[in-house]
Amino acid sequence: MIILEDVHYSYDGVYTALRGISLQVDDGERFAVIGANGAGKTTMIKHMNGLLRPQKGRVILDGQDTKFMSVAEIAREVGLVFQNPDHQLFLDSVKKEVEFGLRNIGFTESEAEQRRQKTLASLGLEGFAERSPFTLSGGERKRVALASVLSTEPRFLALDEPTIGQDAHQKNQLAQMLAEMNKRGRTVVVVTHDIEFVIENFPRTVAMADGQIIADGSTSMVLSNDEVIERCALAPPQMTLAARALRNVFPEVGQRLTLLSELEETIIGILGGA
Amino acid sequence: MALIEFADFSFKYLGADSLALKRIKLTIDEGEYVVITGPSGCGKTTFCRAINALVPQFHRGYVAGNVYTDGKNTRENEVATFASVAGLVFQNPENQLVTLDVEKEIAFGPENLGVAPNEIRRRVEELIELLDLEELREKHPHEMSGGEQQRVAIAATLALKPKVLVADEPTSNLDPQSAEAILKIIAHLNKRGMAVVLVEHRLDLVAKDASRIILMNKGRIVADGNPREILAMDLCEEIGVGVPKATQVYKRLRTRGVELGTVPLTGVELAELVQEATSR
Repeated sequence: MIILEDVHYSYDGVYTALRGISLQVDDGERFAVIGANGAGKTTMIKHMNGLLRPQKGRVILDGQDTKFMSVAEIAREVGLVFQNPDHQLFLDSVKKEVEFGLRNIGFTESEAEQRRQKTLASLGLEGFAERSPFTLSGGERKRVALASVLSTEPRFLALDEPTIGQDAHQKNQLAQMLAEMNKRGRTVVVVTHDIEFVIENFPRTVAMADGQIIADGSTSMVLSNDEVIERCALAPPQMTLAARALRNVFPEVGQRLTLLSELEETIIGILGGA
Repeated sequence: MALIEFADFSFKYLGADSLALKRIKLTIDEGEYVVITGPSGCGKTTFCRAINALVPQFHRGYVAGNVYTDGKNTRENEVATFASVAGLVFQNPENQLVTLDVEKEIAFGPENLGVAPNEIRRRVEELIELLDLEELREKHPHEMSGGEQQRVAIAATLALKPKVLVADEPTSNLDPQSAEAILKIIAHLNKRGMAVVLVEHRLDLVAKDASRIILMNKGRIVADGNPREILAMDLCEEIGVGVPKATQVYKRLRTRGVELGTVPLTGVELAELVQEATSR
């Protein structure tokens, strides 16, 4: 379990990036963190793996105050994938990049190779092992960065904008992989602007604005809140806009978060069945 | 003469085992708004780089065929020649900004090309107004939000008076509202006559602005045409293109025998089509 207790942080002593974050992350949870650029999302998850230390408040990992733990100790439990893969990748082949972390935490050469192959395949990166990350596209580099952390399968996974540059198919692959790890008991936290990805994959959503948490609860509840949509600089999903426009003419159309299949049935209903 | 012409162009990066672009043949004319989409690794970024000669002059490798931008062969003219024809904007604005303030950033390109100081002054003021940068005048780029940085990066690109803006996923690091603001600016620039080539996965956001969508897969162009025609094709789902939700609903209804006539690209368009269908 990770507990953030009234965490404050400022990068320069003038502008406060986090102003009193309190949050409990239970083992085996799966949740999304949303918010506008500059809301403090990245700063918050960097506190979860000890890259940043609170200037006021505490971060407690499995009952232990992380103040007394090294980054290496925390990182063994909490794996973080950065938003920009270029901040993370540094070796000259995809293979080395992914096996580096595995060897580091004590896997044997053959175990590391096996895990590397399996993870690359799950992320659609078969055949990339010998490539240099720097010859890959942005979306591919992002998946290599994900692979290097996901392959180690830490107890807590914190992913900063994992869907950037990924197409619909690759997003599904990633969602599936995260769901499988979650089933095996891993805790998954994602920071994202991708509302469709949140709706489809994460039961809990934490909304941040101006360095504070402004809502925390079930995804459908948090995303039905107009203040959250506004302060998190979210665009209402297309399905919500369609439902809203339909509601003006057909009052029977429901007033809440709408899934694609629901809208489909609603339209069939309006048009008198097919 | 086409603004951009790919004449049977192929390219393979040094050290790569397969071609990034395979025998690309197409032309893009002035005033078009072309969205390039396809699975990651399909060659979209390489396509953009080939327009302004970064491929093959900066990123080297095997080349066959030619690309002509504004009539000039990208293999035979210096990269600098193309800076004032095709302006590139990338995903990470922080990687593009080089100076310490907005005015200097916008002036940087034209200064390097030897544009006269009073002309530079004029361009800077015009772009500050066009991209709504007045409040950022005194701000250091690193104090700006991602959306603000991207607006500055676009202004700096436009300062060279390019004929085409080539933007490679310019909004994917931005929150949805900042992304929308950037896309509005790009659509506005297109309405004023500038050609746009935009790489984007999230067609929900851009399909409505585009005059043409080009679908790429494994280095090839697999479909090219009007957004509504292209997005109605089953090929999109087959190769993993993110079809707008409203278009997906249209397609699902179609398989159930409900024909809405026009292909919708947004939720509001979908709702309008349903209303029309009930009043028929």
